[in-house]
Amino acid sequence: MALKKIILDEHETACQEGETVLEALLRDNVDIPFSCKQGACQSCMVRSLDVSPPAHAQKGLKDVLCKQNHFLACLCYPEQDMSITLGHQPEYFTEGTVVAKELLNPETVLLTIQCKDALDYYAGQFVNLKRADGLIRSYSISNSRRHAEKLSFHIRRLAGGKFSEWVHQELNVGDTISVSDPQGLCYYLPDKMEQSLLLIGTGSGLAPLAGIIHEALEEGHSGPIHLYHGSRDVDGLYWIDEMRELAEKYENFHYTPCVSRGDAPEGVAHGRANDVAMGNIPDLKGWRVYLCGHPDMVNQAKRMAYLNGASLQNIYSDAFHVASPTLD
Amino acid sequence: MSEATPNQSLFEQIGGEAAVNTAVDIFYRKVLADHRINRFFDNVDMEQQAAKQKAFLTMAFGGPNSYTGADMRNAHARLVKMGLDDSHFDAVMEHLGGTLKELNVPDNLIEQVASIAESTRNDVLGR
Repeated sequence: MALKKIILDEHETACQEGETVLEALLRDNVDIPFSCKQGACQSCMVRSLDVSPPAHAQKGLKDVLCKQNHFLACLCYPEQDMSITLGHQPEYFTEGTVVAKELLNPETVLLTIQCKDALDYYAGQFVNLKRADGLIRSYSISNSRRHAEKLSFHIRRLAGGKFSEWVHQELNVGDTISVSDPQGLCYYLPDKMEQSLLLIGTGSGLAPLAGIIHEALEEGHSGPIHLYHGSRDVDGLYWIDEMRELAEKYENFHYTPCVSRGDAPEGVAHGRANDVAMGNIPDLKGWRVYLCGHPDMVNQAKRMAYLNGASLQNIYSDAFHVASPTLD
Repeated sequence: MSEATPNQSLFEQIGGEAAVNTAVDIFYRKVLADHRINRFFDNVDMEQQAAKQKAFLTMAFGGPNSYTGADMRNAHARLVKMGLDDSHFDAVMEHLGGTLKELNVPDNLIEQVASIAESTRNDVLGR
């Protein structure tokens, strides 16, 4: 009666009364990473595929992880049978059709794809786009949740980038492309509406941030929302007018475009986006911070935000790693 | 009762898990802000690192743990190659003491924590 079934892949383990999921799996010789066995190191984090895990097994986990049913096997005394996974599930792809393609700046296109099935995503997440021959790249969704079947992406052309070159030169309106399940943990949850938000993005890192900002404003987020979008020069920026209009429309939304090289035109800050942002907002205690774009910027800004008082639980980041080493 | 041991364990006297959570935040910020040692943390995932710091502090506070010398050795081998030595270990010890002082932990307890942490020195430095 008291036994609970733990199903991992094809394997079934019986978890006994008073036994944690980790203990049951280890007793059953299942190979699962673990270390402290007391909920501190988070090595044994797994994810439930069906039921919500008991709240005590999610102690100390980030809200986005809890929302996706992650839990610590060493803390979990299961209350019912559970199917769990150690890593990522095989991806499910839906068919999409390109319905719009326009240039945002000389190196970035806005690609809009109509999906056959509505996707259940959070603003800020990414999907994998797959070409007919199997070539796959990850791109962030740039719109809010309002349009669950019509997704937009900002695709920056990278020298020697197989996928981005193809999108820029060959992919046309009417063509089909496969779209994966939404993924990633850098997204907006509509709670703590009064919390101050700082968003810093470089290049096409604006895509997920724009989705998050629209989502937050549509949800009625009442705390101040500060966006810093940076690039080397003004040509690398885009949506300057759109963001300025948004800032006019919403009192709590503030926008600062930044360029790191050369002269900055009027209304544009000079300096790297993360430096300008942290200079303007030195105390981030209690803030929620989103960081997207170049991996060096993301890593530096994450440390700076933490040292300036933001808690790690409140820092969400998505570093855009690129496949080609020749790119910056 | 003839035992000299107090009724409460060191871990309980310091404040248990709640104290560890507060301490991690102070301790990790001190370490990351210290130019003598922060380069060792350049390419690590900050969340995983904070979780490791928590496991470490739990052990140093005399709390439940499953740390072994071999774990400590393996975890720091990469850093030893980067030049990790006694001076860096000393800096971390300094921040551990500073953290506990900020939390108003009595000196006699700080000494006990320091001696537990000190016991990992040779494993951390791969000796």
